[in-house]
Amino acid sequence: MYGKGRIIPALIIFLGLMTSPIWFKSGDASKMPKPEKPKDYTECVAPTAYMRTSHMVLLNQWRDDILRQDGARTGKTPNGTEYVRSLQNGCMKCHSDKKKFCDTCHNYTSVKPYCWDCHLQPKEAM
Amino acid sequence: MIEKALKGSTGYWVWMLFLLSIMGVGGLCYVQQFNYGLGITGMSRDVTWGVYISQFTFLVGVAAGGLMLVLPYYIHNYKAFGRIVILGEFMAIAAIAMCLMFIIADLGQPMRAMNVLLHPTPHSMLFWDMIVLNGYLVLNILCGWVVLQSEYKGIKYPKWIKPFIYLSIPWAISIHTVTAFLYCGLPGRHFWLTAILAPRFLASAFAAGPALLMVIAMILKRTTKFDVGREAQDKLVTIIGYAAMLNFFFLGCEFFVAYYSQFPGHMHTLDYLFWGLGHGDQVYNNLVPFMRASVVMGLAGIALIFVSRAKQSDGLLVVSCLLIFFAFWIDKGLGLVLGGFVPNMMDQVTEYYPSAQELGITAAIWATGFFILSILYKVAISVKLEKEA
Amino acid sequence: MDSKRRDFLKIAGLTAIAGIAAPSAFNSLLKGEAVASEHGEAAAAGAHGAAAPTGKRWGMVIDVKKFAENPGLAEKCVSTCHAIHNVPDFGNKKDEIKWIWVDSFKHVFPDDSSHYKQPEALDSLPILTLCNHCDNPPCVRACPTQATFKTKDGVIAMDYHRCIGCRFCMAACPYGARSFNWRDPRGKNANGQPFIKAENPKFPTRMRGVVEKCNFCVERLAIGQIPACVEVAAQTKALVFGDLNDPASEVSQVLKTTFTIQRKPSAGTHPSLFYII
Repeated sequence: MYGKGRIIPALIIFLGLMTSPIWFKSGDASKMPKPEKPKDYTECVAPTAYMRTSHMVLLNQWRDDILRQDGARTGKTPNGTEYVRSLQNGCMKCHSDKKKFCDTCHNYTSVKPYCWDCHLQPKEAM
Repeated sequence: MIEKALKGSTGYWVWMLFLLSIMGVGGLCYVQQFNYGLGITGMSRDVTWGVYISQFTFLVGVAAGGLMLVLPYYIHNYKAFGRIVILGEFMAIAAIAMCLMFIIADLGQPMRAMNVLLHPTPHSMLFWDMIVLNGYLVLNILCGWVVLQSEYKGIKYPKWIKPFIYLSIPWAISIHTVTAFLYCGLPGRHFWLTAILAPRFLASAFAAGPALLMVIAMILKRTTKFDVGREAQDKLVTIIGYAAMLNFFFLGCEFFVAYYSQFPGHMHTLDYLFWGLGHGDQVYNNLVPFMRASVVMGLAGIALIFVSRAKQSDGLLVVSCLLIFFAFWIDKGLGLVLGGFVPNMMDQVTEYYPSAQELGITAAIWATGFFILSILYKVAISVKLEKEA
Repeated sequence: MDSKRRDFLKIAGLTAIAGIAAPSAFNSLLKGEAVASEHGEAAAAGAHGAAAPTGKRWGMVIDVKKFAENPGLAEKCVSTCHAIHNVPDFGNKKDEIKWIWVDSFKHVFPDDSSHYKQPEALDSLPILTLCNHCDNPPCVRACPTQATFKTKDGVIAMDYHRCIGCRFCMAACPYGARSFNWRDPRGKNANGQPFIKAENPKFPTRMRGVVEKCNFCVERLAIGQIPACVEVAAQTKALVFGDLNDPASEVSQVLKTTFTIQRKPSAGTHPSLFYII
C-alpha cells in the first residue's frame, strides 16, 4: 500500500479520537440512577415501564390534545384516582422534587429537555 | 472539478482570508445573539423585522436575476451568453445560501427551524417560500454543476438535465413572487398591500442581479483572462437598463395611487421614506436620505449604463451597474421592509437602528455568500479557461 | 439493465414517492378547503348578518364608558392578567411584552380619529386593548408551523413549544396584539430584579425567542371560569364575556341592543371584541 507508514497510524489516531467518549466513560454503566419516587403515592398515570420509556410522548400527547383538540384536562388512573393532565400542575404535584426525580435520569442520559424553560418547578424544590 | 478552488494566486488567497476573517467576527456576534436572544439587535415590538429579513428579501432578487441569463441562452438559444450563463447560475446558489442564512439568523428559535417541515402549513406563505427557495437552490446546483462538468469533460451536457433547466425558469419567477406574497398578503400593512409588489420585486431583481454579475464580470476581465464578450455585455446593458426603468415605473405607480387617492394608510409610509413623517410634534425621517439617494442613484445609473454602451467604456459600465445595484439594495434591502413597520398598527412611530452585532452578523453572511461565490466562480472560470487554452 | 426491469424500478420508485407524499398532500388540500369555506361563511355572515353559527365563539364587549367611570379599573385588569400569566416587565419599550394594555382612542381606532371635531374627552378614555381573537385571523394564516391556531371555540391560541420565532404573525396582526420574547423573560435586570415580579406557580412562563399574546384565558375557560380581566371588571359590567353564537348569552343581548364598534373592520378579520365608546 502506498504511503502506509502514515496512513495506518493516522487511521489509528482517528479511530481513537472518534471512540474516545467510550473509553472515557467505560465502566460507568453500573451506576444506574435511582430517581426518588414520591412517598405518599403508589400509582402513576400509566404503568412504570411505559412511563420510564415514554413519558415524553405522553406529555406531548397531553399538550396537543388539550391545547389543540380541546381535550380533557383531567384523567383517571386505573385505580380511579383523578389527576390533572399537566406537567406543572399534575406530574409535579406528586413528583415534587425535580432534582431528585427528573434530573437524576436526564443527567445520566445527558438529555436536556426544554420543559423547564417555561414550566415552573415546585418552589420548595428550587 | 472542485479541486480547482484549491489552486490560486496570492490575490485569491488574500481575498478568501479577508472573507474568512469577516465570517469569524460575525460568527462571534452570532454566538452573542444566540446566547442573549434577538434583543441584541435593534429590532423592537414595533419594528419586528430588521436588516436580516430585508437583506433576505433583496437577495432573493439577486438569485432570481440569474433568470435573465438562463432564459435567453437556453430558451432563445442566444449563444453570446454561453460564457456568462454559468456565472448567473452560480450567483443564484450563493444568493440563496445567503437568504437561508439570513432567515436562520432572524429566527428566535433557530433550533426549531425544521418545525416548518414537521408541521407543513400550505396556508402560510413562509412555508411555500421555504419550498421554492430550497427548490431553486437544488435546481441551480444541479444545472450549473452538471453543465459545467460536461464542459470539463469536453462533451455536450446530458439530455436529462434539460427539463431541470426549463423548470428553473418559472421557478426563478416563483421565488420572488412568493417572497413578495409574504408581504403583500397582510391586511394591516398598507405599504405592502399592493398587487404590484411581486412585479416590482421582479423588475428590481432583473436589474440588480445582472448588475452585480456585470460588476463581477468586469473584475474578472481585469484579474483573469476570462472575458464574457462584448456582445453579452451589451445585451446585459439592455436587460439591466429596461428592468431598472420598469422598477421606477412601478414605483411611480405606487406614488400615484398613494398621493392621488390621498388614502392615508398608503401615504404614511411613503411620507416616512421620502419626505419625513410628521407625527405629533416630531418628524421621523431616518430613512429619507437613503431613499432619496436610491432614486437619484437609480436614475443616474440608468442614464449612465446606456452611455457606457455607446462609448464602449467598461469603467462607466461598472459605475452605472454599482449605482443601480446599490439603488435597489437601498430600495428593497432597507426601505421596503423597514418602511412597512412605520407607522405601526396603532398609528405610532418607532424608528429602527441596527445594532453593531446585528451589522456584524449581516456582514458575515454577505462574506459567506461571497466566499461560496468565489469558490464556485474559481471552479467555473478555471474550467472555462482550461478548455479554451 | 434490461428495459423492463428498469421500467419496473422506475414505476416502483414513483409509486413509493406518491404513496408517501399523496396522503399528506391530500390532507393539507382538504384542510385548505375547510379554511376557505369557513372564510366564506364568515364573509357571508358579515354581508348579510345571518349565518348558521355552529359551536361556541367566545367574544367580549368592552364598555369604555364604565372604565372611564371607574378610574384604575382598566389598569387593574392589566396587572391581574399580567400577574397570573407570568408576563415579564422589561422596563423598556423595545423589549416590551403585553397581553392586554390601556391605550388612547386615537391609537386603538386610528381610522376613526381623522377629524378634529371629536370631543376632547375621547382622547383621555382608558381603552382596554388586547388580542381580538378574530374569526378570520391573518396571524393564523401567516404562521408557518401552526404554532398559532384557532381553537374550536374561536380563541386564537399559541403553542409556545412549536413557535420558531419568525415573527411573521406579528407582521400579519393588524392590531399590534403580539409580543416577542427578545430576551429571556426569566432573567433579571441590572439591579437584580427579576422581570417577572412574582411567578404564578400554576401557569408557565415563556422562553426566549417565541411570540406570545393574550390567550383569552383558555386555561380558566377550560375549568369553567371566566377570563381574569372579566372577573376583575365583573362588578361594574365593564367587560361582558360570553358565547357570540348563543343568541341568549349576555354578550349577544348587549350586542343586540347597543351600538358597538370594532377595530379596523375594513381589514376583514371579524374580531370577537366589541367596544362601547
